[in-house]
Amino acid sequence: MAATLKDATAIVGIGQTAFAKRLPSSEKELACRAILAALADAGIAPSEVDAFASYTMEETDEVEVAKAIGAGDVTFFSKVGYGGGGSCATVGHLAAAIATGQATVGVAWRSRKRGSGPRPWKNTAVQLPTPGQWTRPFGLLRPADEIGMLARRYMHEYGATRDHLFNVAMACRNRANENPAAMMYERPLTREMYMSSRMISEPLCLFDNCLETDGALACVIVSAERARDCRQKPVYVHSAAQGLPAQHHGMVNYWNDDPLSGPAWTAARHLWKQADFGPSDVDVAQIYDAFTPLIPLSLEGYGFCGRGEGAAFTEGGALELGGRLPINTGGGGLSEAYVHGFNLINEGVKQLRGTSTAQVPDAATCLVTAGEGVPTSAILLRA
Amino acid sequence: MTTAEETTAGESLLLPVPDEDGAPFWEYAARGELRVQACTACGRLRFPPRPCCPHCQSFDSEWRRTSGRGRIWSWVRPHPPLLPAYAAQAPYNVILVELADAPQIRLAGNLVTSADAPLNSVDPARLRIGARVQAVFTEVGGMSVPRWVLEKA
Ligand SMILES: [Zn+2]
Repeated sequence: MAATLKDATAIVGIGQTAFAKRLPSSEKELACRAILAALADAGIAPSEVDAFASYTMEETDEVEVAKAIGAGDVTFFSKVGYGGGGSCATVGHLAAAIATGQATVGVAWRSRKRGSGPRPWKNTAVQLPTPGQWTRPFGLLRPADEIGMLARRYMHEYGATRDHLFNVAMACRNRANENPAAMMYERPLTREMYMSSRMISEPLCLFDNCLETDGALACVIVSAERARDCRQKPVYVHSAAQGLPAQHHGMVNYWNDDPLSGPAWTAARHLWKQADFGPSDVDVAQIYDAFTPLIPLSLEGYGFCGRGEGAAFTEGGALELGGRLPINTGGGGLSEAYVHGFNLINEGVKQLRGTSTAQVPDAATCLVTAGEGVPTSAILLRA
Repeated sequence: MTTAEETTAGESLLLPVPDEDGAPFWEYAARGELRVQACTACGRLRFPPRPCCPHCQSFDSEWRRTSGRGRIWSWVRPHPPLLPAYAAQAPYNVILVELADAPQIRLAGNLVTSADAPLNSVDPARLRIGARVQAVFTEVGGMSVPRWVLEKA
């Protein structure tokens, strides 16, 4: 058995449903459709699946999915915590399980009806005891408010401006405009639209916030050995990490020594330590973008630039196709679909297969990250 | 202790729902005191409150009174969609105050013109990172919660 995860496993199948504000199907049906599409893409029968991984805020559990798709005996299942922070960890957990012989065919998925369903922050019964007692009574109600607080401080400390946040929104929108599956496919964004849009939580405006989407995605993971016999070109899981920093406090990470260096920094240290290459060797990145300020913070956390340099990094088209680090080439959570970051995983696979709608020529390495601001995870993929 | 159900009755602001660790904070607030949990073994302050000290692992703590003075570390102005009671006052401010006595401790709150004034009573032009503020207390649904006013120059 492999003593390291490095390239021991590969993603060999990806699948997704349509993305829309409202889909008629249930979350369970969407989950099954995405998983079956991913298995078909891999050329693997559902009865061969023996591992499942999902993350919290997923309503459809593995018992329901396994039963519905006709999985065989399942020997590994895991559910990662912290919502959008768990997306990449599903791949990491399956890779670890398969590399150590606990399972042979793993499926990770995310299904959500966020476009037509209720907004989690409206549920006043949850979150009110710790930590909600320290924030929600004061009207810090939504993730946009919680991240807006960090964004304002970040802008103050490092001279970041709304133009920098616009650079992020624009890069994602430009890629979505090239992706027919994206919710914002035929809807260009302009600086004028951005600057005059309504505020959600100052300093964050409408276009600094992710979409609300119904949809599902899935991917299939097997050993590198088996991957060689699959239908698709394998995309290897080169490195994987989770990150929960000391004294971290979730979305409202205001009480540790340095609220502006969050879980990305912790995940990044382990991710790079296990890798054969570094940030400057990354051809394309899929960075969790529930809110635009998460991009400059993540660029710093994952080592693409120094502390406080994330905003300046976005200048001069650096995040666009052909730039220094093309990001979110399917449109990301801001403009393709907000499915808790799983679309970023599948887009990373498409880039390394050479099948993205905004293909980076000869892309051989891709960083994919989960939500910064909560206990997070990340994976390095290589062709 | 108030249940979450009771806090959502009608269209009132959300009330803090103290847990076992946080309860003393709210009990002192009811007396108009802003107190922070401190380790009695090593003396370090900690927030939010919890059973043991992350520095020395002691389970012994006390609640140390602060001056109630601080500076604005950051702020936001939420706009709708929001819960009804908050939408009624939107856009309002939420500030994060670093305490003068313990700058690593930052409390979320609202900057108001006086203790009982609405959440949107301060002209947003006066919101500034670094501004000096002072804690005051107001009654919300039978609980005493801290608010913040600009310190008189
Ligand atoms: Zn101690």
